[in-house]
Amino acid sequence: MDSNIIATHWNYLVVIALMLIGLYMVMSRLNLVKKLIGLAIFQTALFLFYISLGKLAGGTAPIIDASQNYTYSNPLPHVLILTAIVVGVATTALGLALILRIQDAFGTIEEDEILAAKDAEYKDAAAKDANRQFNDQQNNKGDGK
Amino acid sequence: MIVSNLIISNLPALIVATPLIMSAIVALLPSGKLAWFVTLLTSLAVFVFSLMNLTTGDGNPVSYALGGWPPPWGIEFISDGASRLMAIIIAGLSVVSTLYAKALFELEIHPSDHARAVGAWLLTMGGLLGLVMTADAFNLFVFLEISALSAVTLVAMGVGVDRRALVAAYNYLIIGAIGATFYVIGVGFCYAVTGTLNMADLAQRLPDSTLAPVFVGLAFMVTGIMVKAAAFPVHMWLPAAYGYAPSAVSSLLSAIATKAAIYVLARIFFTIFSGLPDVTGLILKWVLLPLSIMAMFGGTILAIYEKDLKKLLAQSSIAQIGYITLAFSIATLSSISAGFIHMANHALIKGGMFMAVGAMAAAIGKRANINSIIGLGRAMPWTSAAMLICGLSLIGLPLTAGFISKIYLVMAVLDAGLMLITGLIVLSSALSVLYFWKIVEVMWMRPYQGPAVQENIWIYGPLWMVAAANIFFGVYAKPVVDLSDAAARAITSGALIIGGGL
Repeated sequence: MDSNIIATHWNYLVVIALMLIGLYMVMSRLNLVKKLIGLAIFQTALFLFYISLGKLAGGTAPIIDASQNYTYSNPLPHVLILTAIVVGVATTALGLALILRIQDAFGTIEEDEILAAKDAEYKDAAAKDANRQFNDQQNNKGDGK
Repeated sequence: MIVSNLIISNLPALIVATPLIMSAIVALLPSGKLAWFVTLLTSLAVFVFSLMNLTTGDGNPVSYALGGWPPPWGIEFISDGASRLMAIIIAGLSVVSTLYAKALFELEIHPSDHARAVGAWLLTMGGLLGLVMTADAFNLFVFLEISALSAVTLVAMGVGVDRRALVAAYNYLIIGAIGATFYVIGVGFCYAVTGTLNMADLAQRLPDSTLAPVFVGLAFMVTGIMVKAAAFPVHMWLPAAYGYAPSAVSSLLSAIATKAAIYVLARIFFTIFSGLPDVTGLILKWVLLPLSIMAMFGGTILAIYEKDLKKLLAQSSIAQIGYITLAFSIATLSSISAGFIHMANHALIKGGMFMAVGAMAAAIGKRANINSIIGLGRAMPWTSAAMLICGLSLIGLPLTAGFISKIYLVMAVLDAGLMLITGLIVLSSALSVLYFWKIVEVMWMRPYQGPAVQENIWIYGPLWMVAAANIFFGVYAKPVVDLSDAAARAITSGALIIGGGL
C-alpha cells in the first residue's frame, strides 16, 4: 500500500477497521450482548466516518467572526452524527431490554442454546400434532367400523 | 376557512406529525380501550389528510419546507404522485389494521401494555409516512429507524403468545440496524462528493462528481435498503418477525412496512441517481433483476414446504416483494407503474390474509398451522370466505386486485421484450397455487372435529373490508392504475424541484 495514503487517510483506515471488527462480531458471536457490542462498534465507526468528513486541518468551530479570517470545519456532518448517536443509543437500549426479556423467557442469552430450546419446543409441538392426527385417524377408522 | 387553509397548506407535515405526536399521548393514557379509540381516530384523520393531499397543487408536486427553512438547506417534504400514493396505502391499511387490532390486542397482549402498544403502533405509522414524504436523504434514515425500532417493539409484544417472538424481534433489530447503518454510510459518500443531502439537489450534483465514491455510495445505500425491504437474499429476518409478532402487528407490518422500504429503493434508483442511468442501469439489470427472480421462486418454494400459516404467508411475501422489485428493475415507465400497482394490491392481499390467519389462531387458541386448521372452512365461514377471496387475489384470478397487478406486470415485461421473464412470472404464479391449494384443501375438504368456534364481528368485519377492497379494485382498477401511473411519472421525472411549490 502507498505509505502516503496511510499518512493522509489514517482516520479512514481506522474507520474501515472498526467497521469490519464490529460487523465480524455481530456475525460471529453467539452471546447476544456481544452481538450488541459489535453493533455499537460498527455504528461508532460510522460516526467517526462522518466526523472525519467534516473536519478540516486547522479548522476551528464555525462561529462567524467577520474581523478574523478563520478556517472553519463543516458543522453539518457533526450535527447529523448527533442524531445518529441518539438513534444508536435507542437501538442499544432496545436491544438490551430485549436481551433481559430473553434471559427471563429462555434462561440463557447464548444463541445456540436458545436455538436448541426453540427446536425442542417445536419438535414437541410437532410430535403432539402428529399424535393427535394419528389418534383422529384411528377414531375415524373406529367410526367407520 | 382559515383553519382549513392552514390544514391544506401544511398537509405534508400534518400527515407525518399527527401520528408521531399522538403516539406520545396515547402511550400515556390510563385506559387501553381509550388509547385504542384515540389511535383509531388518529389513523382516520391521517387517512383523510392523505386523501386531501391528492388534490393539493392541482396534482403537481408540492414542496414543503419544514420550519420555514428553504431547501436544499432545510429539510424538505415532497408531495408528488409517488409519495401521495404511498401515503394513501399506508394510512388506509393502518385504519383497517387498527380496527382489527382491537379484538386481537385483547387476546394477545397483556391489558396493561395496550396503551403502550398502540403508542408504538402510531410511531410505526408515523415513521413509515415520514419515510415516504421526506425529500432529504439523512432525514430518511431517522424515519427509517423510528419505524424500525417501534416495529421491533411491536414484534416483541408477541411474547404474550409465544416466547420465540423475543428472539425474532432481537434479530430484526440487529439486522435492521445494520441495514440502516449501511444506508447512512452510502449517504455519507454521496454527501462527501456533493455537499448536499436534499434528494433533488443530489440528483443534480451527483453526475458531476467523481464516479468511484458515488458508485460505492450507491452500493451501500441499495444494500441497506434491500435489507429493510426484505429483498432476496437479505430477507432472513422477515419470516420469523412476521411469524411470531401479534397477529394485528403482522397484518400491519406485512401490508405497509416493506412497501415503504421498496418505495425508498425506487427513490434511490430513479430520483437520487437519476442523473447516472448507466450506473443504475447496470445494477438494476445485473443485480436487482436476477435477485428478484430468485426471490419469486425461492419464496414460493419455501412457502410450499412451510406448515405454519403465518410463516407461509411471510415466505410468500418474499416472493411478492420479488415481483415488485422485478417490476422496478426493468425500469420502463409502464413497469414502474406496474410495481406501484402491485404494491397497493399486495398490501390489500397480504394484510387481509394475515388478518384471516390471525382470526383462526384466535378462534382455536393456538398457532394456525396446516394441522390445526383442518375443517375450519366450515366452522368459520365468514373468516375463511374472506381468506379465499384474498388468496385468489394472491394467485391473480380475474375479478380480483391481484389479477390487475399480474396483467399490468406481464404487459410491461412483454413491452420491454423480455419473453423469458414473462414465462418465469407466469410459472411462479402457477407455483403459488400449490401453497394456497394446500390451505384450501385442509380447510374445506376435511370435516372439522375440534370444539365449537365463534367468529367475532370485530375480527371478521375489518377482514371483510379488505376482502371487499380486493374485489372492488379488481373490478374497478382505474383509481389504482391512475395513481400508480402518476407515481411512476413522478418518481422518474426528476419532479423533486427544489422548493418547487413555494
